[in-house]
Parts: sequence; structure tokens; C-alpha cells
Amino acid sequence: MASELNRLTIAGARDQLRRREISALELTRACLDRIAAVDRKLHAFLMVCERDAIAQAEAADRRLKAPDAPALCGIPLGIKDIYATRGVVTTCASKILENFVPPFDATVIAKLRGEGAVFVGKTNMDEFAMGSSTENSAFGPTMNPHDLGRVAGGSSGGSAAAVAADECLAALGTDTGGSIREPASFCGVVGIKPTYSRVSRYGVVAYASSLDQVGPFAKTVRDAAIMMRTLAGADPSDSTCSARAVPDYERALSGDVKGMRIGVPREYFIEGMEPAVENAVRAALKHYQSLGASLVDISLPHTGYAVAAYYLIATAEASANLARYDGIRYGLRVNAEDHIALYEMTRARGFGAEVKRRIMLGTFALSAGYYDAYYLKAMKVRTLIRQDFERAFETCDAIVTPVAPTTAFKLGEKMTDPLAMYLSDIFTISVNLAGLPGLALPCGYDGAGLPIGMQIIGPPFSEEAILRAGDAYERSNAVAKRTAEL
Amino acid sequence: MAPGKVTITLEQVRHVARLARLELSHEEEERLRSDMDEMLAYVEKLGELDTQNVAPTSQVGESGTPMRDDVVTNPHAPGEMLANAPARERGYFKVPKIIE
Amino acid sequence: MNLEKYEPVIGLEVHTHLLTRSKLFCGCSTSFGAAPNENTCPVCLGMPGVLPVFNRRAVELAIRTGLAAHSAIAARSIFDRKSYFYPDLAKNYQISQYETPVCKGGYVDLPGATDGAPRRIRLVRIHLEEDAGKNIHEAAYSLVDFNRCGVPLIEIVSEPDLRSAEEAGAYLRELRAILRYIEASDGRMEEGSFRCDVNVSVRPRGQTEFGVRTEIKNLNSFRFVEKAIEYEVDRQIEVLEAGGKISQETMLWDSVKEETRPMRSKEFANDYRYFPEPDLPPLIVPDELVAKIRASMPETPAERRKNYARDFGLNEYEVGVLLEDREVGDYFVDILGKGVNAKSAANWVMTEVLRVANETGKPLAEAVPPAAEAGALLRMVEEQKISLNAAKTAFAAMCKSRKSADATVAELGLAQVSDESAIASAIDKVLAAEPDKLAEYRGGRDKLYGFFVGQVMKAMGGKANPKIINEILKAKLAG
Ligand SMILES: [Mg+2]
Ligand SMILES: [Zn+2]
Repeated sequence: MASELNRLTIAGARDQLRRREISALELTRACLDRIAAVDRKLHAFLMVCERDAIAQAEAADRRLKAPDAPALCGIPLGIKDIYATRGVVTTCASKILENFVPPFDATVIAKLRGEGAVFVGKTNMDEFAMGSSTENSAFGPTMNPHDLGRVAGGSSGGSAAAVAADECLAALGTDTGGSIREPASFCGVVGIKPTYSRVSRYGVVAYASSLDQVGPFAKTVRDAAIMMRTLAGADPSDSTCSARAVPDYERALSGDVKGMRIGVPREYFIEGMEPAVENAVRAALKHYQSLGASLVDISLPHTGYAVAAYYLIATAEASANLARYDGIRYGLRVNAEDHIALYEMTRARGFGAEVKRRIMLGTFALSAGYYDAYYLKAMKVRTLIRQDFERAFETCDAIVTPVAPTTAFKLGEKMTDPLAMYLSDIFTISVNLAGLPGLALPCGYDGAGLPIGMQIIGPPFSEEAILRAGDAYERSNAVAKRTAEL
Repeated sequence: MAPGKVTITLEQVRHVARLARLELSHEEEERLRSDMDEMLAYVEKLGELDTQNVAPTSQVGESGTPMRDDVVTNPHAPGEMLANAPARERGYFKVPKIIE
Repeated sequence: MNLEKYEPVIGLEVHTHLLTRSKLFCGCSTSFGAAPNENTCPVCLGMPGVLPVFNRRAVELAIRTGLAAHSAIAARSIFDRKSYFYPDLAKNYQISQYETPVCKGGYVDLPGATDGAPRRIRLVRIHLEEDAGKNIHEAAYSLVDFNRCGVPLIEIVSEPDLRSAEEAGAYLRELRAILRYIEASDGRMEEGSFRCDVNVSVRPRGQTEFGVRTEIKNLNSFRFVEKAIEYEVDRQIEVLEAGGKISQETMLWDSVKEETRPMRSKEFANDYRYFPEPDLPPLIVPDELVAKIRASMPETPAERRKNYARDFGLNEYEVGVLLEDREVGDYFVDILGKGVNAKSAANWVMTEVLRVANETGKPLAEAVPPAAEAGALLRMVEEQKISLNAAKTAFAAMCKSRKSADATVAELGLAQVSDESAIASAIDKVLAAEPDKLAEYRGGRDKLYGFFVGQVMKAMGGKANPKIINEILKAKLAG
């Protein structure tokens, strides 16, 4: 029995913990046992924090003796290795940070600690969150729990796989161009990328600052809502973080979508997308109609330009964000005669191929003579993409699309073709450019039994509405969810 | 947008690598040259859009400028900030000779 | 140098620290002279994931400076990343302002304009940015201290309106005076909190377009600025006279050899790749804030200068000395509060007060007694209760004892005797004691007069009121 506790949802575990039917320690042990049993196959974790996790669980149990323990008290979580965790190595899946021990906690980590959450380990990812398959991890890829020959998606592939494989109840990811939603879709779990500025970025290793957002992976939409309540909110250490009050997202889950107008963008149902994916999403749309929602045909005319704009903006910001990895104050150093050689050799040795590729592209896009043609142009196109959504939300309350054109692809399949890899984010990238919230949740399986995800996009700060829509779909049992058997 | 199809020269690759402080092998230079060529050819499509009268978007956060009060708050154990330093000496970060 | 033929054209970029307790984007102390890297945190060390947050005080001081320099305050300005790799720059980019400075335009009027119209030096901009740390160069390696990294700076850029080294010096002194008056900066060059880059070119007199300019970087004293400009102007004129061309380059001032030399460029080409800082929202400055800051502005040196010349009839030199520092001017005004004549108050401050201040090297408040007491002392002189020398003696004592003027004068028995009968009897005694000299005087040796005065003073322990001695002595000698 105890070994099955790791299969619980947060909502389920929360109630049993409060009723003292189970202990945080048992729950944590169940997750650690599961990791010990299956992570050799998955490589979802870069580091398992067994001793710390046990100590946190014991502390949580003491706290749970009191009647009103916080929602996440004693809940075992996986933490993407992009979050600064005080005293615990934080690598961002890069050789250049292989031994970096942050002297501080990311704001969301501090919030979770405050609630008594348990951190079972740091999860795998694409190096510096640059990728869509977790194959760019300097420490080896993460395998998809539904098919070990396929990728888990990325960049937060480790967190997605860990939740899908019941190695933890939920996990933290980050999403710059789809890095939560795409792996959630590939692994058959729920993931939400909140409105830009809804969650603090302090202590989250920056890839592209104007696009990065923090978000959770969970087994259910309800669990994602519970996580969001703790994660969201103002932070005096992040000037770009919204001061808006944080609603009780779980309370918003009424199950009622009657009268909701769901926009269906024609640009998101395109040539070359797998029929199984299109069919599953179309079926989900029909299901919403049966629940009392109405469908609205909409157009997001600049969708086709999103990937191009994204790769100029994201890489430009990244080229500056990653300049600090120079071998002087922390991280890898390759010794050299003079400081310039030290920089060049340290960065050559410390960064992987994809990171170098993006630093080069971004540096070029900002360099003298090219700024206007590339970076500035991309920022203007970003405005057009934003306006597309503003116009669309005049006629609908939410937009439903596929998360990705395909299900999980084979390991190595796109490693030699960067552009093909970039295009797997074609349906998620616009949402980051516009700063909108996007929820990914399972809506079916393809012939090979691989999960298919749908995306629900809302206007800024409409997390309650899209979570309600996702929960309504989920609780009406539209699809029988298959757990990954390993 | 730069007219026609861009082609990046190896010289440009080396110049950008110097700006970015990246030492590249010949194979990497070649590889990056063709990758950047492909990416820049792909982003050419942005040129199809007339953005003459479009304002750029550099941020999508909410307006307002949060500020902190001018109070000193750096509470950390001595040496904690140097704990990750690859080389240190007498409380300083140590680096090879700095060439101007 | 051939200045009849050529006209120097000079523009200055001044970097100065703002007087804040904490850094621009983090809570680390700005205190000077801390142990290496003592004033650092994850933010100013550029650790992964950290973010900047504005220091409200720094923003207000930048606006204050803009108002004092008659600049337009931008209602909305953005910050940019300026990228270059250097060990003392933690993030390898500096958060600065590129296209939208917080203060646009403005001017500084140079003091001591001989012809009524002041020499007006226009400003291009004033912007806010973070400082870098310090590299210490040892023989075989270098050491880096990030205490200064992230300290708030303003960069004040002038138009190329300056025409000589002296004018550049005058501009810098006035700028520093302004910054001190409004308490935006302490302007201490020696602590690197006031640094200057100079752009110099020369052109044939009468020519309107500018010549090719060179930039002299990081001059950290007014004297160096003036010397460097003089040297560079000479050098450029010589090159041109020899039929050569000036190449646009960055120079360093060698203060030992007292010459400029081209700098070995740190970046092979300066391509800073500025772009908007995504981690900071735009800096929005509402009119109310500007109004609030304007209302809290102290008098600027220029305003005070006008008032002093008008109200006290002081000459340019006197005003100059009194206004160098705000405290000195305040001290002077407080003395006047005691109803003392302005000229004598000015002379007193310029001689006694500043002398003591310079000797002790202490701040004015600690070096000398309160202005009210100095005023009381001068009042006694004007009322002839004490002599000017006695006042000086008393003041010197008060600087140490901190006692009041009255108490000190009494204690040292410096009060003057003006009692006519006492003085008359003293005179009688002297004349009685010196019959021969009296006869010689009456016989025509007028120069003995001084002798008698001296004897009377001696008899009265130097405290007799000389005016009264004269009156009575003249009468008695006349017999
Ligand atoms: Mg500057
Ligand atoms: Zn700091």
C-alpha cells in the first residue's frame, strides 16, 4: 500500500495528511522508493535530495499535528534544476554550473519551504532551458515514461516525466517558449504557464527574461490550481512581478463552462500536424460544446511569424543573460594566461552546442548594423502578435489549440536539425510573446499510446477561467487517463 | 530586414564569437556558419510584414515602477559570497593577469 | 601653444556617485573602505537568477540633479543593458540608460562672468547607471573587489561648449558645488566618486565645424583634467601644424609623465549591443514626484551667488570663497544674524574661520564655534568693547574651549577700558614720570607722540580704548 502513495494527487494526499491517515514521511518515502526503482530508466532527476527530503517530511509531520497546516505541507515535489536552492547544487543542466551552490533560495522555493513542501530532488532539463526535448542536458536526456525510446519534451522534461511516472506528486518547471506545456503534453500530465509577471522570477536562472515564466506540473488541473495559489503573487525582489491579489484558484473550479465562448484559431490546425493530434483536439472541442460552451472561429494572422520573432528576441536576451558565466565568481573555470583567454576557453568548455548556437545568434542580432533589421524588427512583430490575441479575445473568452503538432518524437530525431526542433514549439511560442496564460492538459492518445495535449489560452490574468475550463473537461472524464507503466 | 538571402561569412562568425567570448573550433565555426545561415534565412520572413508604424514590444509586464527604500540589507555570512569562487585571495576574487 | 590660430573645443562626461546608503539595485552598503567584497550579495555579484530593483533615493537624487541643472525630467525613461566583458563587471553588462536618459538638456552657468552675460555650458543629458567594481593588478595576476559594483552613478554629459582648460576646470568646480549643495554627491575625487572623461578637438578660429576629437578617459582630479586638456590641445595643434591628421582615439593620461597616450583598446571594437533591460520596468516619473522634489530643493550656488552680491555688496572674489562650500556660506549668513556688518563678517570667515578649518581639517561644525558666538564676538568689536586682536585671541580659545564669546572675553580679561577718568589719570602719571620727553615733545619732536601712547597702553595692560587715549592725550600734550 505505502508504495502506492506516490500515485496520489496533491488534493488527495492533502486530505489524508490532514486527517493523519498517512504521514508526510510515508508519502515522501514512497516517492523516493519510486525514484530508486524507475529513474534509472527515465533520468528525470539530476539529483535526488533524499536526506533533505526526509528531514523536510519529518518537519512537515510535526506541523501537520496542528489543524490548519498549509495546502502543500508534506507534499513531495520535483524542482527543475533551474531554481536556485540554498545550499543545494543548481546546475541548470550545464557543465558551466556543475558545482554551483547558491547561497540563496529562489522566491518560489522560499514560498514552498514556507508551506512545508518536500523537495525530493532537482529535475533534468535542456541546458539553460534551451530546447524542446531535454536532449540538450549536459548530463544526458530524460526518457518519456510512455515510451523510453522517445523524448519527454523540453525544456522541463525531467519535471514532466517525474510527475507522469509518479516519482513526485507535482513539480516546478519554467516556460519561455513552451517548456512547460510541450513536455506536459508529451508526458500526458497537466502544466500551466501563467501570465507573465504573475509569478516571481527571482532566483530562476534566466534564459530570456521578457518571456520566462514559472509554473507547475501536476497530475490534475485541480492540483495545478493548488500549486498556483502558493506560487503566484508579488515579490519585492522582482520589479517585473505583478502586485495583483492572488485568487483562490481551486475555489474557481466550479466545473461549469456553460456559455463560455471558446475561440478556435484556424492557423493552429495546419498541414503537417499529426491527424491523431488534430482529431483529439477537435473531439475535445466537441466535448466542450456538450458541456454548454460555444465555439467561435477566430484568426491569429501573425502566428506564422512567431517562431522567427521568438528566436531573435529570446536569443538576444540570452546572449546578455549568459554573459555572467565567465569563470570568475563561480562555476567552471578553465585556467589561462590572461583573463580574455580564460573567458573564451571557460565558455567554450562550459556551454553545450545549442547554448552556443543561441548565444551566437542573439549576439549577432544585437550587433552593430543588424539591431534594426533583426532585434528591433522582431520586437515590432511581437506587438502584432499581441494585438492578434487582443482582437481575438473581443469575441471569445478562451482559445483552445493543440499544444504541439505531434506527439513525443524519437530520441535523436531532431538533434541534427535545429529549425525542426524550434518548430515543435510553433503553437506555444506566441503565448509567451504575448505574455498570456496557457494551460496544457491531456486530451487523448495516438495509435502508439502516446499522450496528446490540448492548450487553453486566456487573456492576461485569466488563470481562474482557463483552470476552470480545464477542470470541467477533466472531471467529465472525456478521456480515460493512462498511467505510465514502467 | 537585410535584402535577399543572408549569407554569414566565417569572418562574421569569428567576429560574433569574439564579442560573445566564445572560443570555437574550426568544426564549430563551420557548423555555426551554416546554422546561422539557416536561421537567418528563416527569419527573413519577418520582412514580409510592414512594421513601419508599429511600436516595438520589449516587455509584457504590468505598468508601474516598484522601488525599494534606501536601506542597507546585505545579511550574509562572511565569505559566503566567495564560497563558489574558482580562485580567491585575501577576500578578493583572483583572476589571471588582466590585459587592458 | 598656438591659440591665436586654433580654438579648443571641449566636452566633458562626468561620472559621480550618488549619496545613497545602499546600492542602485540591491541592499548592499555603499560605504567606502569596507573589507574586500564585504559589500556584496547575489544581486551585485550577478549570480544566476538574480534581479535588480530600483533604489528610490538614487532615482530622486538623479532627478534633483536634473532640476538643479535646469534639465527636462523624462516622465518615462527606460534602462538598457550595455554589454562588454571585464572582470570588475559582474554581469558582463552594465545597467545604464541609452536612448532615454532620465534628464534631458539643461545647463550650468559658470560663475564670475565679467561681462553681465554668464558663460552658459549646455548639457546633453544626465542619466542613471550602476558602477563597476575594482581590479587590483598584482605582478603575476589580478584581484577583483565588487564592493563598488552596483553603486549608483549619474553620468553628466556636457555639450562641446568649453573652450579652454581653465573653463573646463571652472565648469567642474561649479558642477561639484551644485552636487554638494543639493546633497546628491560628496564629489570626492580621491575616493573615485567623481570621475571625468574629456573630449577634445581643435579647429582653426572662425571655422564652424568641429575638428576630429580624441577622448581622454578616467581623469580623477581637476588638476589632471586641466593639465590633460592643455597637453592634448598642444599635441593636436602640433600635429595639425605639421600637416598631420588627428585620429579619433581614446587616450589615457599618464600623471607621472604628464602626457596623454593612446589606450590599448580593451574591446577590439566597442560594440556594446545596447538593448532594453527586460528585468526593469520603465522608470515612470509622475509630475507630482517632480514637484515634490523641486519643493525640497535647497538653494543652488548660482542662486546664492546672486543674492550675496546683491544683498551684501560683496565682490566676486569674496562671494567665490564664501560659496565654495554650502556650510561656509551658511556660517557667514548666521554671523550676519547678529547684526554684524557684511564686509567684516566676510573677512572674518575668509581669514579666521577658514584658516582654523583648513588647519584642523575637520568639518566646519567641529572646527569652529557656532556662528552665533563668532557673531557675538564681532559685534563686540564693532561696539568697541574689545579690539580686533582681542577678538582673534578669544576666537582661537573658543575653538578649543567651546565656551561662549562673553565668557571667553571675561575669562581672558579682553574687555577694553573706555573709562575716561581712568585713562586720564594714567596719562597724567606717564607725563609726570617723563618730564624731559614731555619737554622735547613740546619743543617740537612730534614723533614722541607714539611713545606716550605706548606708555599709556602699557600702564593699562593694553586694554585701553585707543580712540579715547588719543582724545585726552592730545588735549593734555597741548597743555
Ligand atoms: Mg557611463
Ligand atoms: Zn548587493
